[in-house]
Order: sequence, then structure tokens, then C-alpha cells
Amino acid sequence: MPEDPHSKSSKYTADRGMPGAFEGETVTRRRFMSAVTHGAGGIAAASFGLPALGFAIGPVFKRTQWPWQIIGRPEDFVETVYSTKIVTMVQGIGDAGKTVAYVRKRDPAIDTEPHDQYNNYIALWNRCMHLGCPVRYVQAAERFICPCHGGIYNFRGQVAGGPPVRPLDRFYTYSPPPGERGHGYVYLGPPYAVNSELQRLSLRDPAQPLDGIGQYFYPPQFDTAKVPSLQHLPLPPTVPGT
Amino acid sequence: MAIIGSRGRTTAPLPPAQSDELTRPEAAAEAGLTVVNWIDERAQLSQGLRWMMFRKVPKGINWAYTLGSATMFAFLNQAVTGVFLAMYYRPSVTGGAYQSTRNIIDNVFLGQFVLSMHLYGAYLMIVLIFLHMARVFFFGAYKYPRELSWIIGVVLLILTLAMGFTGYLLPFDQRSYWATIVGVNINGTAPFLGPYISDFLRGGPEFGATTLSRFYAIHMMLIPGLMAALIGFHLYLVMKLGISAPPWLKAQEPEVAIEKVEV
Ligand code: HEM
Ligand code: FES
Repeated sequence: MPEDPHSKSSKYTADRGMPGAFEGETVTRRRFMSAVTHGAGGIAAASFGLPALGFAIGPVFKRTQWPWQIIGRPEDFVETVYSTKIVTMVQGIGDAGKTVAYVRKRDPAIDTEPHDQYNNYIALWNRCMHLGCPVRYVQAAERFICPCHGGIYNFRGQVAGGPPVRPLDRFYTYSPPPGERGHGYVYLGPPYAVNSELQRLSLRDPAQPLDGIGQYFYPPQFDTAKVPSLQHLPLPPTVPGT
Repeated sequence: MAIIGSRGRTTAPLPPAQSDELTRPEAAAEAGLTVVNWIDERAQLSQGLRWMMFRKVPKGINWAYTLGSATMFAFLNQAVTGVFLAMYYRPSVTGGAYQSTRNIIDNVFLGQFVLSMHLYGAYLMIVLIFLHMARVFFFGAYKYPRELSWIIGVVLLILTLAMGFTGYLLPFDQRSYWATIVGVNINGTAPFLGPYISDFLRGGPEFGATTLSRFYAIHMMLIPGLMAALIGFHLYLVMKLGISAPPWLKAQEPEVAIEKVEV
């Protein structure tokens, strides 16, 4: 009976009767060659596959730069009415990069969330917390109303009805005190998310709740912008002849 | 008249040329055959083609069995019209996308027609793929040994829907912009992975400069390539396994086989 070439009786190829086997050889040259060929193919594929994959998923790990931008002077804003400010979210893509902030002065009588230097002006983002349609502020009702699926928010941006899962996102605002760089202007910073208590939390997409059991399902994104430094606030361009 | 093209038969007067000379159509046919033979002698494709085209099919198959092919032709229509639309379309967020779409509709010869073929073809493909899936489901055609056809079919269904989603943004009007915002946020609601999925789709935290070109590349290259390969594999399985018989046909006793078994 011919000997089975694959029998595992010995780990040495010479013992297994391989033609041309070397003394002490355990891997046949044929197997070694095919392993090297597969390895080389794998390295070649990985050398273009991995960079391409990293290129495609890189944006997930990107951190956003969010400079302070001037949205007006302190006297432009009152406590009882929101003014509409068009702000640039993404540079260089025209209208598609613009969005709307609704801004008013903080009213200590109703704005019961903790007060600090970043919320002397309340700035709400018009992005609906159901699925991201643009909400509209209706002064007569003192409500924010979403055109898509009937989401309604009260004057402070808290959900008053419909499918939204959390209050409207807000922007950091800053108005430098007298003597500081930028005094006399109101600046708008990066957006942040709030839960139903209006606690400040890192930004996330619409439809991701920040209360109840839902808050545990959505890890914060990597891309959350940091509050930029107050040292180099941009100043408005000087008007010639003044 | 009756003789042209049938050399050798002499039931009617010969054409004016000498009888053993080919007429033009005959010569053309002969030349065509030569080319085909020349290729086949080298590539040996005819064997595979015969295997593909002349398969045995069960008794009683009906029009419902054509729904898969109909889906495939809808896909081919999308591919062809899409390639030609790409010649005029510019995926630029600062107006190029919208303006080039308007240009296709308003100025390009047959532009509106081809764009409509692509748009309504997309609707049709979605309808057809679901009808095909329903046919397979109600005929029980997903059962052994065709589970793999079903699984690949499900992947094709998902890719088809993803084509619809990515294509919707491309005209870049108000409707496509907001529908895409909403669609990306729906993806974002997937537990745990959602936030990363929506970042991946947008190419960043916000709808940005590259979101449109990202959708365009996915829509015209990534998914169509994958789908073409998977459709090929799907059809290979149909040919390899044969088409299933309709469920109302009782399995017939193969008498010949039984005789053989009895011995
Ligand atoms: C791009 C989409 C698709 C194309 C082009 C396609 C094409 C085809 C074709 C041409 C056939 C031959 C039989 C027939 O036409 O009924 C077939 C069979 C089959 N398809 Fe699809 N198909 C697609 C999607 C799907 C989907 C979504 C499913 C289910 C989830 C599916 C499951 C099957 C199965 C199980 C068979 C075998 C049926 C049998 O043997 O009777 N296919 N497909
Ligand atoms: S997006 Fe506002 S209610 Fe759905």
C-alpha cells in the first residue's frame, strides 16, 4: 500500500518520503512558496486597501475648528424677541454651509439654567432635534415650529410637542466686558447639546436623546468642537474713513 | 427570390452571378461566422454560453419568473443612463450640481428624457426588486439549495435602496438637501454605531464641502461596481442550481429512475 503523503506520522518531510526533502525540513518548499505568495499578495492588497479605508473613514475622527464669529452688538438683542442670525457652519461651500441661530438676551426670570460668561445671550440652533429640518421661530405663538413632522419647542427651546427627542441645540455666546478685546460685540461660538434640564453636553446629531434610557445608546462623537480661546477674538473690519 | 441565402438548392433559376460565387449577404454571413469561429477557437466561450442559455427549466414556469430579469434590465438601464448623465453633471456644492442638473433638463438634447429614464427607472427598479423578492418568497424558491441566492438578493436589495438614497442628493435642490439631512440623521439613530455612521456618510460632523462628492462617488462607482459583481454571482447561482419549480407542481415520480432502482 502506498504511503499517504499527507499522513501526519512525522513532522519531517524526509521521514514522510518527500522527494528531494532536506534533512530536518518540516515545511515543504511547495507550502513555503505558496505561503510566501499569499503573504506577498496580502501585503500588496493591504498597501492600497488600508490607506483607502483610512481615507474614507478618517472624517469620523476629525475635530472641527469653530472660530468665534461676530453676530451683532449688545443693543441688537432683547429678552422677549429672538432675532435671526445667519451664521456660517462650514467655510467655502456657499449657502449649503450656512445655518440659522435664533438669539436673544438672557432673561433671569425664565432662564433658570446656571449662568456663566457663555450664556449672557441665548442662541438656539434652528436644527430640529427630531431629524434635522430647519425650525422657524413664530413670535405670535412664542414657539419654534418644524415644517417636517410637526415638532414644536417652547420659548426656551424645550420640546413642547411632536417627535423631537431633546431641546434645541445651543451655541456658546460671549460678549467681552469693558476693556477686553472685542468689547461692544456679541460673539457666537461652537454649538452644544442640552438635555431636558438644559444641562450643557457635547454636541451630537439630532434624534439622539440625552434623557432617559435613550442617552446610553449614543456615544459622543469624536468631532465635538472645543470652545475656542477668548484671547484672539476676531474684530470687525475697520470701515475706511472713520 | 426564394433561393438567395440557400446555396445548393436549385429549385429556381440561378442568380446572374456564377452559381458557386457567394452573394453579398451570404459573403457577409460567412465572414461573420468566420470571425465568431476565430474568437471561439481561442476563447472557447460557446461552451459556457450554451451552458448558460440552454438550460432545462421545470414545467409550468410563468411570467412571474421573469421578474428577476426585469430587475436586471432596470439595473442596466440605470447604468447606461447614469453614465451619460455623468457626462454633464458636476458634483459641486456651490451651485454647480444644481445648475448642471438644470442644464441637463433645459438645454441638453434629450437631457430631460435621459434624466427621466434614470429617475423613473429607479422607481421601477425598486418596484421590480420587491416583486421579484415576493415571487421568490411566495414560491418558496429560497429553500435549500437556494439560500445563498436569497442572501445575496438581500444584499442587492440593500444596495439598491442605498443607490436611491445617495442618488437623491445629487440634483442638490432644497428637497434633496433636506431629505438627505433627514436621511443621514435617521442613520444616526442606530444604537451605538449611529453617530459614527452619520459622520461617515457626511464626511464630517456637518454637511460639508465633500458630502456631495462623497455621495456621488458612492452612487456612481462604489455601489454599482459591487452590484454588478453580486448580480453576476446571483445569476451564476441561478444557472448552477437551476430554476425552482412552481410550488403547485407535485413532484413527479421519475419512472425511468425507479425502474433502474428496482434492478
Ligand atoms: C438587483 C437585483 C436582482 C436581480 C438583477 C436579480 C436577478 C435574478 C434573476 C434573473 C433570477 C432568475 C429567476 C427569476 O427571474 O425569477 C433570480 C433568481 C433568484 N433571486 Fe434574484 N435578483 C435580484 C434581487 C433579489 C432579491 C432582493 C432576492 C431576495 C431577497 C433574490 C432572490 C432570488 C432567489 C432565491 C432566486 C432563485 C429563484 C429560483 O430558483 O426559483 N433576488 N434573480
Ligand atoms: S425634523 Fe422636525 S419634526 Fe421631524
